[in-house]
Amino acid sequence: MRYAETGFNLEVDLTRGNIERVETDPRDTELYLGGLGTNAKILWDRVPPEVEPFSPDNLLIFAAGLLCGTPATGCNRTIVSTISPQTRLMAFSMMGGFWAPELKYAGYDKVIFRGKSPNLVYLLINNDKVEIRDAAHLQGKGAIETAELIRQELNDPKVQVAAIGLAGENRINFASIEQGRSSASRGGIGAVMGDKRLKAIAVRGTKDINVARPAEFIELCKDVLNYIKFREENPIPGVIPILAVLGSPQEMKIHDEKWHTENFVWGNARLRRKDFWNDDIAKQWYDSMESFRKRFISCYNCPLECGATLAPPGQPTYMMKCFTKLTYSMGAMSDSLEFGLRIAQRATEYGVDGYSAPQVMAFALELLEAGILTEKDFPEMPDDNAHGSEERFYYLLDIIVRREGIGDVLANGTYWAAKEIGNGAEEYAHNNIKKIEQLPLKLGWLNPIYFLMYCTGAKVNITQIEGQFPQAPFPKREHREKFVKDWFQVPDDRFKQYFLDWEPRGENSMPYYPTVEMTCDIVDWMEKMHYIDDALGLCAGLSSFHLKPPYHIHNMPKFISAGAGIEMDEDKLSKAAKRYRTLVRAVNIRRGMRRKDEKPPEDHLKKRFPELEKELLDTYYKFKGWNNEGIPTKESLHELGLDYVSQDFIQRGILADGEEIPAKEALLEIEPA
Amino acid sequence: MTGNKKTKIIKNIKIDINKCNGCRACEMICSAFHAAPQYSGNNPARSRIRVIHYPLKDIYVPVYAGEYAEAECMGRDKYVIDGKEYDECAFCRASCPSRDLFKEPDSGLPLKCDMCEDHPDKEPLCVQWCYVDALTYEEREEEVDEEEVKLEDVEIGLESMVDKYGLEQVMDVVARMSQKE
Ligand code: SF4
Ligand code: SF4
Ligand code: SF4
Repeated sequence: MRYAETGFNLEVDLTRGNIERVETDPRDTELYLGGLGTNAKILWDRVPPEVEPFSPDNLLIFAAGLLCGTPATGCNRTIVSTISPQTRLMAFSMMGGFWAPELKYAGYDKVIFRGKSPNLVYLLINNDKVEIRDAAHLQGKGAIETAELIRQELNDPKVQVAAIGLAGENRINFASIEQGRSSASRGGIGAVMGDKRLKAIAVRGTKDINVARPAEFIELCKDVLNYIKFREENPIPGVIPILAVLGSPQEMKIHDEKWHTENFVWGNARLRRKDFWNDDIAKQWYDSMESFRKRFISCYNCPLECGATLAPPGQPTYMMKCFTKLTYSMGAMSDSLEFGLRIAQRATEYGVDGYSAPQVMAFALELLEAGILTEKDFPEMPDDNAHGSEERFYYLLDIIVRREGIGDVLANGTYWAAKEIGNGAEEYAHNNIKKIEQLPLKLGWLNPIYFLMYCTGAKVNITQIEGQFPQAPFPKREHREKFVKDWFQVPDDRFKQYFLDWEPRGENSMPYYPTVEMTCDIVDWMEKMHYIDDALGLCAGLSSFHLKPPYHIHNMPKFISAGAGIEMDEDKLSKAAKRYRTLVRAVNIRRGMRRKDEKPPEDHLKKRFPELEKELLDTYYKFKGWNNEGIPTKESLHELGLDYVSQDFIQRGILADGEEIPAKEALLEIEPA
Repeated sequence: MTGNKKTKIIKNIKIDINKCNGCRACEMICSAFHAAPQYSGNNPARSRIRVIHYPLKDIYVPVYAGEYAEAECMGRDKYVIDGKEYDECAFCRASCPSRDLFKEPDSGLPLKCDMCEDHPDKEPLCVQWCYVDALTYEEREEEVDEEEVKLEDVEIGLESMVDKYGLEQVMDVVARMSQKE
């Protein structure tokens, strides 16, 4: 008997309309856990580097994490993996909500799509009954609208639906997959879904998910819940509001946006508005949120209710969480939150990434201002209004998602659009890492921890690698002493010492402290926790994203042992996480990614420290078992049982037998199809 | 019925639909607790509480499994909430032939909330796991008529099988099963 997982995947060939239920190998679960881990293995095995993102041979994998569907609180993530049309590397965006547990209850751990359907379809999974259904009537429908229409047509409100909107159908490079209150947004995975002509996946399941050692497992769950309660009653002092409490951040609840609006940059990630937040704005924003918000809502089996139902008068109701609250207002230089929440409704139905979309629009307006694009490129575009570029943003969103005129170019994201527009446009696509638009954050000073995370994070999104360790030193030693007192989540006490000695000024301050070695250690820990979450299906809002989270390296192995019946300890778990982290790296290396791609946006840091930056990367690569080009070495691959990767690397000339050879020219620069 | 009176503890779960966030932890823990062995399996479809939700209409109503109903209701009423009409069945507590709610997914046997009577804690589990207090527990004493002898669970189960398959077929199966023993 398989525990926690079902032991079965669905293989769907959309070209031929063929569906198979395939038993998986339990040894793969031991080695790669599940979710992201086993997704990476499948992509490595079955998607060679020649495969274009929009090729029928690209796979689109929807995976439920290993512990989804068990009583473990907040274990509800769907991990969607494919080759991204934006980065042309592996994308593994995730969504919370209800979809992954439902898939488990239907009897499957993953749905793996290959091929391309001749016409628009949706997949219906109802326990053992799985069928590909015509979706012609859903063409052009919004993502949320589609889910509702499918529920009505099946006459079952309990069906969980993940769908794309018009953006996915039109293969917008930053199209998302939406699922009620959650979305998998980064890397343009919605475009791959649209390319496969797959409008939605509807799931209903009524089977059991079993755990190996029930009494032990339920006690672990109760401990987590109790700790959540403790954290609720004891917010962490001295940090910004969203980091003080658990959740994925609590943007729907927290009204104080001083930190985001004054520290993040506006427009096309340009302008810092230092005195933006005042009483008037605070009141207006409070009123907008309070009048639109109907209810706080949670994901499956989690009390944290990070999302909200929003009902802007005169518009359809939708659901939101997190930072999308601010990105549209800030991108349009609008001081109105109401605008941001209204346009986000349309953007959610279209299904676009809330980080990339506003930046692409702001980028377009900058190009117009600079004369690189002209009025002729934007026929009938409205003027700015008193609040900023609000009307223009609606206009731009529409032409991008419909791929009309210049919208067809902008739809490829700032990096590819700039290349196509030329004429100096590249200078304006300035906030990207590995071709993806980043959080609009510009720093004056180098924080070595963040530097490494920006460079090397495979999800190419800072929030998906940071967490655990404070973002900055606390002002006084006594604050730090207090902080480390009940900091039992650290893998080792040395991390407490790193933090205790971290001073805002003087010898032990940034950028030279934490030292290069400490920085590597800290970044590795932070990253590891995210990778474990992504395999287990755990929400980062209860785990890797937070300081002092309820899930940590000491209880996670117990959850896996008691839940999945796989004997696990901290070392074995760390090694498993390292194994599939390395495999994600290997997929990308095979697709041409190298050291030259691992850098923060050019203007991210005001003051640069070239020698220190070089030393950081050199040391971290070594620490990770990668050579100086960032390629995992033969020895480190061997240690992880990944000899099949080094054999492939040697065959392709990526690694020479035993020594380093220069990187092969990257495939990454090929224009999108 | 005779009019013998006795005091009885009435266990009551109060439902505040404004507080419900739709997390379905109540469904999860109910199904886990009632699995055999306890907590070994998890399947909200077996839960004795279901959160009826229409998120876009902002409706979240936790409903407890009530009595087994042999036949579906004759007349149906309608609820109107915020100007939208809902069939009465939408919020009904019965395990009834007209739908699959509150039935074991494999056997079709009816499910009924038993207030977690096998659990040592006073407070039922769905209440304990509802962190936002949409579900709260109350007890009060009441004078009641001596209870009518209730059908045992087994009988209720059998009755529903008979409704579904006919008496003869059920008796055949029972006979066959007893031969196998
Ligand atoms: S913490 Fe928030 S985002 Fe995470 S599972 Fe819970 S409700 Fe969902
Ligand atoms: S546990 Fe509480 S909040 Fe969650 S669905 Fe049930 S009643 Fe609603
Ligand atoms: S009281 Fe117990 S049996 Fe009844 S619904 Fe709640 S958890 Fe289930």
